[in-house]
Amino acid sequence: MHSELVEKATKIRQDIIKMIGLAGSGHPGGSLSCADILCALYFKILYVDPKNPKMKNRDRFVLSKGHACPALYAVLAEASFFPREKLWTLRKLGSSLQGHPDLRRTVGIDMSSGSLGLGISTAVGMAMAGKMDGEDHHVYSIIGDGESQEGIIWESAIFAAHHKLDNLIVFLDNNGLQIDGKTCDISSLEPIAQKWEAFGWQTFEVDGHDFNQIIEAADKAKKVKEKPSMIVAHTVKGKGVSFMENKVDWHGVAPNKEQVRQALLELGVSEDELDE
Amino acid sequence: MKATRQGYGDALVELGQENPNVVVLDADLAKSTTSYTFAEKFPKRFIDCGVAEQLMMGVAAGLAASGKIAYTGSFAIFATGRAFEQVRNIIAYSNLNVKLCPSHAGVTVGADGSSHQAIEDISLMRAIPNMKIIVPSDYIEAKTAVKAAAYIEGPIYIRLGRAALPQINADDYKFEFGKALMLRQGKDATIFAVGIMVAAALEAADNLAKEGIDCEVINLRTVKPLDKAAILDSVAKTKRVVTAECHTVVGGVGSAICELLAENIPLPVAMVGIRDRFGQSGSPDELLEHYGLTAKDIEAKVKQLL
Ligand SMILES: Cc1ncc(C[n+]2csc(CCOP(=O)(O)OP(=O)(O)O)c2C)c(N)n1
Ligand SMILES: [Mg+2]
Repeated sequence: MHSELVEKATKIRQDIIKMIGLAGSGHPGGSLSCADILCALYFKILYVDPKNPKMKNRDRFVLSKGHACPALYAVLAEASFFPREKLWTLRKLGSSLQGHPDLRRTVGIDMSSGSLGLGISTAVGMAMAGKMDGEDHHVYSIIGDGESQEGIIWESAIFAAHHKLDNLIVFLDNNGLQIDGKTCDISSLEPIAQKWEAFGWQTFEVDGHDFNQIIEAADKAKKVKEKPSMIVAHTVKGKGVSFMENKVDWHGVAPNKEQVRQALLELGVSEDELDE
Repeated sequence: MKATRQGYGDALVELGQENPNVVVLDADLAKSTTSYTFAEKFPKRFIDCGVAEQLMMGVAAGLAASGKIAYTGSFAIFATGRAFEQVRNIIAYSNLNVKLCPSHAGVTVGADGSSHQAIEDISLMRAIPNMKIIVPSDYIEAKTAVKAAAYIEGPIYIRLGRAALPQINADDYKFEFGKALMLRQGKDATIFAVGIMVAAALEAADNLAKEGIDCEVINLRTVKPLDKAAILDSVAKTKRVVTAECHTVVGGVGSAICELLAENIPLPVAMVGIRDRFGQSGSPDELLEHYGLTAKDIEAKVKQLL
């Protein structure tokens, strides 16, 4: 099921590796862990039009864990928001693809981010604007589990529930790792779904690499009334590249040439294609 | 070549040995700040607050109010930005013994881009009463300043960076708080520099010397309080002033010099710094060039005054 999404996600993972490899810096672990959620969003869930990226009644998306932007950029290129060649300029001087999302420079980006915690609060604002204007679009966001240690995440949780923002759907990329180690060893968030529920959110728990589960939860979340939705997505940091999976060291380090090669082979790129 | 942030970790390990009151906090960036070296040696005196800079500053304030000397690490943008109000309303207002030593100040952060490049941190910290500010120019200065801070009462901001820098100070260098350091004497103009711009100022002075222009180069070291006597003495002699900082010119080191001169020896000042713009992605060298933060830019400013 969703074999076309599986294919696209594999391509997105290849692009992530190539982009970060070429840039020589970036965040592979957290990009790979949310790649499937982003594919589900942009290829199945969001109402957006790459030809009309500022369309008034489009669904909005905020990547609150902005360091995972290589995944978002690859998805936006695949969805034709901008030419694919741009991907290879990631993090270079003057590039439209900055190290962290910049809404002024990149077509298809609804909000700048990179400083953790801020994104979700802006998604709350967008959801309020939607309500004020009587629009029926939804606002989606992805936050990280390490990011969830920021106080503003919980300020947003209280406030969005208070205002019954049922047009707000947030995914938690619950990969269990941050930079300095395991989230449970540094400042544990458990029981995380219960916390969001206690804050007044409708909660769902899914395997963040299973398209059926992601899409089904989003469908249900869209129908929820009077409450924002939190989809706790259980994910694997570095998903899809064996030597990066569940390795804290792959948070913010670029793969070298040999590692790029190895990763691409694992992701189904043939030796011939690699030589190009 | 070593980064100033490495001086932080190395100083902490020595401080940990000599002073049992020293505790170290970080906010999920212990590798980047290099505080992990302290964490390995003194795990009981190391606290990782997770991605929660405001919490870290609050906890540090509580530890300091309980007699500890609390060192805090993060990136400069988050320590001074996200946690500004904790720093102002608790730490500085109460004059608590919290040392802010975040890394990744300035555009030499590089490819991460604007969200991670603090270019207004000096302005923010300078505006707070009781706060003292040190901007080290190389690894040795950073290390000795971080050590000295343990024995200076109250809050201190030490601005550290990501990029590896050449050593410009001697191996037996002694840090003196509140004292500027004369690096080169001259009569035609004074270049006041801090941080990575000290090396650029020295290079500029060398190049200008070849054209017969004789520059004095002063490493301010302490931006707050300024070494007023040293600054005014030099300016009284050269009567031409260039300032250099990897930071916005709005409220930064150049502004601090202007404030002092306006009240004492009013005269034009040429500032090298970031001109009210945000940073962006790029390599550190590309960005220094792009924002006009090289030796050439300093030379141009000196010539403009002649
Ligand atoms: C306010 C803020 N503090 C610190 C950072 C540096 N930082 C970038 S990613 C990260 C860890 C994030 O962990 P998590 O949210 O779990 O991300 P993921 O595992 O999905 O990559 C940190 C501390 C930041 N970008 N913003
Ligand atoms: Mg995580």
